[in-house]
Amino acid sequence: MTSNNKLFALIIPVISVFLGLLAGAIIMLLSGYNPIEGYSALWRGAFGDAFTIGETIRRTTPLILTGLAVAFAFRSGLFNIGAEGQVIVGWLAAVWVGLAIEAPMIIHLPLAVLAGALAGGLWGFVPGLLKAKLGVHEVIITIMMNYIALYISNEIIRSVLTDHATKTDQIASSASLASEWLQGLTYYSRIHYGFLIAIFAAVIMWFLIQRTTIGYELKAVGFNQHASKYSGMNVSKNIIISMVIAGGFAGLAGAMEGLGTYGNIHLMSGFTNLGFDGIAVALLGANNAFGVVLAALLFGVLKEGAGEMPTGAGVPTELVDIIIALIIFFVASSYIIRWALLRFKKEGK
Amino acid sequence: MDYVIEMLNIRKEFPGIVANDNINIQLKKGEIHALLGENGAGKSTLMNVLFGLYQPEKGQIRVKGETVKITNPNIANDLGIGMVHQHFMLVEPFTVTQNIILGNEPKTKTGRINIKKAEQEIQELSDRYGLKVDPSAKIKDISVGMQQRVEILKTLYRGAEVLIFDEPTAVLTPQEITELMEIMRSLIKEGKSIILITHKLKEIMEVCDRCTVIRKGKGIGTVDVKNTNVNELASLMVGREVSFETEKKPAQPKDVVLSVKDLKVKDARKVDSVKELNLEVRAGEIVGIAGIDGNGQTELIEAITGLTKSQSGKIMLNNKDITNKTPRKVTESGVGHIPQDRHKYGLVLDYTVGENIVLQTYYQKPYSKNTILNHKEIYQKAEELIEQFDVRTPSAYTPARALSGGNQQKAIIAREVDRSPDLLIAAQPTRGLDVGAIEFIHKKLIEERDKGKAVLLISFELDEILDVSDRIAVMFDGKIVSSVKPEDTNEQELGLLMAGSQTTKAGDSK
Repeated sequence: MTSNNKLFALIIPVISVFLGLLAGAIIMLLSGYNPIEGYSALWRGAFGDAFTIGETIRRTTPLILTGLAVAFAFRSGLFNIGAEGQVIVGWLAAVWVGLAIEAPMIIHLPLAVLAGALAGGLWGFVPGLLKAKLGVHEVIITIMMNYIALYISNEIIRSVLTDHATKTDQIASSASLASEWLQGLTYYSRIHYGFLIAIFAAVIMWFLIQRTTIGYELKAVGFNQHASKYSGMNVSKNIIISMVIAGGFAGLAGAMEGLGTYGNIHLMSGFTNLGFDGIAVALLGANNAFGVVLAALLFGVLKEGAGEMPTGAGVPTELVDIIIALIIFFVASSYIIRWALLRFKKEGK
Repeated sequence: MDYVIEMLNIRKEFPGIVANDNINIQLKKGEIHALLGENGAGKSTLMNVLFGLYQPEKGQIRVKGETVKITNPNIANDLGIGMVHQHFMLVEPFTVTQNIILGNEPKTKTGRINIKKAEQEIQELSDRYGLKVDPSAKIKDISVGMQQRVEILKTLYRGAEVLIFDEPTAVLTPQEITELMEIMRSLIKEGKSIILITHKLKEIMEVCDRCTVIRKGKGIGTVDVKNTNVNELASLMVGREVSFETEKKPAQPKDVVLSVKDLKVKDARKVDSVKELNLEVRAGEIVGIAGIDGNGQTELIEAITGLTKSQSGKIMLNNKDITNKTPRKVTESGVGHIPQDRHKYGLVLDYTVGENIVLQTYYQKPYSKNTILNHKEIYQKAEELIEQFDVRTPSAYTPARALSGGNQQKAIIAREVDRSPDLLIAAQPTRGLDVGAIEFIHKKLIEERDKGKAVLLISFELDEILDVSDRIAVMFDGKIVSSVKPEDTNEQELGLLMAGSQTTKAGDSK
């Protein structure tokens, strides 16, 4: 039965991706574009040469981390809509440390990365605390925390880190994740060492969830709070821990942008969307660490490859957003189908 | 002889198992026909076949002599077959009437729902069968027993001639059970026919005309209830002799293990529900708490186990104060707890049997070391307990959800007993289980007592209290109102004490 379920969990996203691409092809056909040309442009845009491969990996890196942020909270029954805000504060904190401190790389870089994770963790802690102690729904608080993060960070960039500039100075090279060696391999793409951190974070999540008492408690709380309390677990503590770790993952995603891709932080007129895409990545990855990595890669490929579609095949980039949306739609609706099937089965018992 | 329903040679397979193998059941008009079998014997499957939820692989269903094919519940409804489910399917904020007409609403000419007409019809039905249901009451405001009557009304409103009751008494108090029996009799008088799915033998003897027994998916046969007795039915159902008299040696109580002094607890609605309660349980004895549901039993257990804070008073375990300690501290100081609601508290249903076995001990060696779980040790332990407590599960890696109720309960008992607690609290440990499982669980409780442990049993079943306890404490309105020996009392006296009657005090002193 369990192996059956695992197979099911694997097949659903694959079918959904296929259906999404198929529906995208139909839409391209209907609007007068050649889907084969469109998709081959997409492929070239993502894997065409070393440069695009580097950029694809760069795009995938923060998506893995935000995907983990949503998936991790979800394993203990919490819906972390706040990955977006956690990314922003993580980004800000990492860059701040990168700018403000002078230290050798071996201290400076880990410190900056850690600052990002801690800031994200703090942004997860607040909704976690409110949920655990007062029962305030985490979805509402995390959404509000997103806006708080956005406007606070803009204000800090303007008034504290710079004198009314639109972006900060570049961080010290001792805090940078950028790698000349990797860039050299990929015709100077913006690829950086962050993807190793992201993969490592996925391994950490898998280990925490599957192999430790912490994960055992978190999952138990997610499944059944009453039984968790009965068995002596501290439900409030677990809710807070879950949100802090989830926030930490998203904070790391921000640090990747700040220390790797951009090397600074700029004023944001709106959200980065990394956190919101993380929700989709987690859903597509079935809230499983390994699944999240694959789903993030798919998103990275689609988003990076989309850049080539207007020039390569005349297909507007909006179409790629539609395809991504369709994939999510099919994932979500197959969950609905499965839910309905299981429900029907249960009632029939 | 006229049969309203005949199910002949029914066979239903699921992947890996044959749930029904060549089963026959024939329902006469105007009879109450029991369908008896252990948990997982295939009773519900058979009835779901009749109700159109499952399609049989083989066999024939006849309604009033005519062969029919029932492919969905609507067809069953049209044929006059109605089902009163064990788990009610009611919308809580809706009124009785709204629930009954749901999906089948009478309309006025302008297309609005004709609530008035429906209410009137339901009132008439209710009066006719003596159901005493208020059609305009909201479901959430009426008792469980009343809710069940709403389910009965629902089937009658849809014109059911044959009513299937799926373990209807599992959720009822003794009084409500008596009333339900009356209702069934008046339904029969009005020409309805009833199939009663149950594993409670006493009810069959009391109310049924005939009884069809199935065991492990096979039809064993149909007997006339007046020509049989409880022992025969039990051995037909289980396939071996069952002892009803729980065998036990006289208790040898020793030191006080649990002592509760002047305990006050408020319930979830902040109403006093345990009121200056005093109780002692000694090593080597089983104290049974008798009482009608809602007299503070739940809050008492929750206070002892740390799930609820107590307002005042003292709870001592082995002379150590455990008042208002966390559940973990209470567990660690030697309390085992078989909770009343096994799905809500006893198990994480999505966890495997193995993961559930270590629910309170996962953080200790050898199941984990420095927060790293040792799955090998966990599943080794689980397999050992599965073997020892005869938990029927495909494997230790099966989710607890997939087990039958009896086996889920066995898993919980295995876990609690294996920790060898000084005090074992068993709240309704046999609720909804069949005689085989009940026998097993009673034996385990007595074994624990004989090992010198203190056992606190809370049950709404008087049989169980009388059978298993060495001492009975009657709980009424948040207090222990009387303490009696099972050999000095009987069901009638207990019933009166549980209802708060003081007159028996005189009889108590003889």
